[in-house]
Amino acid sequence: MQKQMAIVGVGYSGFSSISPGLSYKELMYEAAVRAYQDAGIDPRQDADGFVTVAEDFHEGTSIFDEYVPDQLGAVMRPVHTVTGDGIHGLIAGALKILSGAMNIVVVEGHSKASNILTLSQVTAYALDPIYNRPLGLNPYSIAGLEMQRFLHQTKNTVEQCARVVVKNRRNALNHPSAGHGSDISLEDVLASERVASPLRKLDIAPHSDGCVVFVLASADAARDLTPQPIWIRGMGWSNGSYSLEQRNWAHADYARQAAQMAYHQAGVEKPHDEIDFAEIDDTFSYKELQHMEALELCGEGEAGRMIDEGATQPGGSLPINVSGGSLGVGNLLEASGLQRVLEVVLQLRGQASARQLKNVETGLAFAWRGLPTASGAALVLSR
Amino acid sequence: MAKIVRELPGLALTPEDISQRKVLSTSWVPKAEYAWDAGIAMGRYLEELRNGRLMGVRHRRCGRTVIPPRIFCEQCFAPMDEWGELPDTGTVNTFSICYVSWDVKRLEVPEIPAVIEIDGTSPRVGILHKLGEVDPQQVKVGMPVKAVWKPAEERNGAITDILYFQPI
Ligand SMILES: [Zn+2]
Repeated sequence: MQKQMAIVGVGYSGFSSISPGLSYKELMYEAAVRAYQDAGIDPRQDADGFVTVAEDFHEGTSIFDEYVPDQLGAVMRPVHTVTGDGIHGLIAGALKILSGAMNIVVVEGHSKASNILTLSQVTAYALDPIYNRPLGLNPYSIAGLEMQRFLHQTKNTVEQCARVVVKNRRNALNHPSAGHGSDISLEDVLASERVASPLRKLDIAPHSDGCVVFVLASADAARDLTPQPIWIRGMGWSNGSYSLEQRNWAHADYARQAAQMAYHQAGVEKPHDEIDFAEIDDTFSYKELQHMEALELCGEGEAGRMIDEGATQPGGSLPINVSGGSLGVGNLLEASGLQRVLEVVLQLRGQASARQLKNVETGLAFAWRGLPTASGAALVLSR
Repeated sequence: MAKIVRELPGLALTPEDISQRKVLSTSWVPKAEYAWDAGIAMGRYLEELRNGRLMGVRHRRCGRTVIPPRIFCEQCFAPMDEWGELPDTGTVNTFSICYVSWDVKRLEVPEIPAVIEIDGTSPRVGILHKLGEVDPQQVKVGMPVKAVWKPAEERNGAITDILYFQPI
């Protein structure tokens, strides 16, 4: 896609383990105010439509989409809520612009993970009730199964996965809003308690609360609003089979297909050469490596070598998760993908302060929907 | 059993057929528990309910005073300007006489849910509560009512710190 639509405003609130000072409505309001200020729009006059992402079981309220308009300036306006990752929502918003139906669309996603007292059971409730749930397994065991098969088949190692944790936690120290930055060692990760072997506690991204809001605009509207639009060049998403028994446990096929769709639209032929940096799902340490391979940022079995060589460090040839990713910023539930897009936008604008990368033109954001799904969404953005 | 069922061949499904697993099914009780952060607006509203006071917020630009409070005016999309105590009196905007409990049990004494437009709000807005100490047949739209509060030592910062509204 050439320059047909762009991100013209970003706002966020968070990201921290708890956020008792603000209700979810106030968290959303805070992020929305910042996004509208950044875009220079009045949502009551200028926004043609609103897309939000939310999962009723994460909110603890049925038909949760009814609870979003007021704090976004969307009362008595067209609102559309998506159950999926935030990038699915962002794509839904972009398609409204691409169709010609709307010029300016707002996209919102948030997490109040700290308010879910039984998050593990809520995740388990996503398992098949007849085939899988009666076994009574902790849902993290699915990540353990996948990590085992991925490492077995690709010959990447547990140590290389641990290196991802060290990198992303340290990257988060340069991100003032990241909730889980720390200067931990490889030994710390490898000595953390076993959860679902080979998965250990520090291989798992801790949760955070927060909200991200974007303002999207058609090309004409974008040029009117900002001298620095960040163009959406490619969008892709793919949904694998729900069957745990029949999925590809070694490789993230959903990521490969989503990325191919986005690369094709963006005219990207050699992702490793043409993508300057990427913010990709790292809900679990091995997921960053597995997704790098599926997203064709390296060949099969090469992701571990890249982390060993420092290629994915902020100073490397292909920086990955400079924001800290989910391991460093925190797992933001549906907003996770939007945090990845946020970082790509800030980097492309040159607004990433201490963690700013040099000479970046094109970035990739990729989100996985999390356990137990095999679905993801990709976005290619450029200046 | 209806006549048509008696005439048709076949057997009715009984609860025992399921409990004895003659008919296969599976069940699962969700364990979904939440503790929602009240934040700024709800937090202060609930705190003042514990003190036996109803609080509203006012937005100068549009001139509205609303309850329950929120930090933003959803019409103007701007921060609210000031908090103020509202009287615990109002009028019935609408009501219903409900003969079934929330968990679907038949009620001997019906409940009377009502939207009570609180005095001092502008344009008048209400809170959802119940009416009490009133003959259901006597309830009218527009009827003036006043809050009946729990005793101070029993209030815990919840909408149920008001027991019900009663006619005045
Ligand atoms: Zn107003």
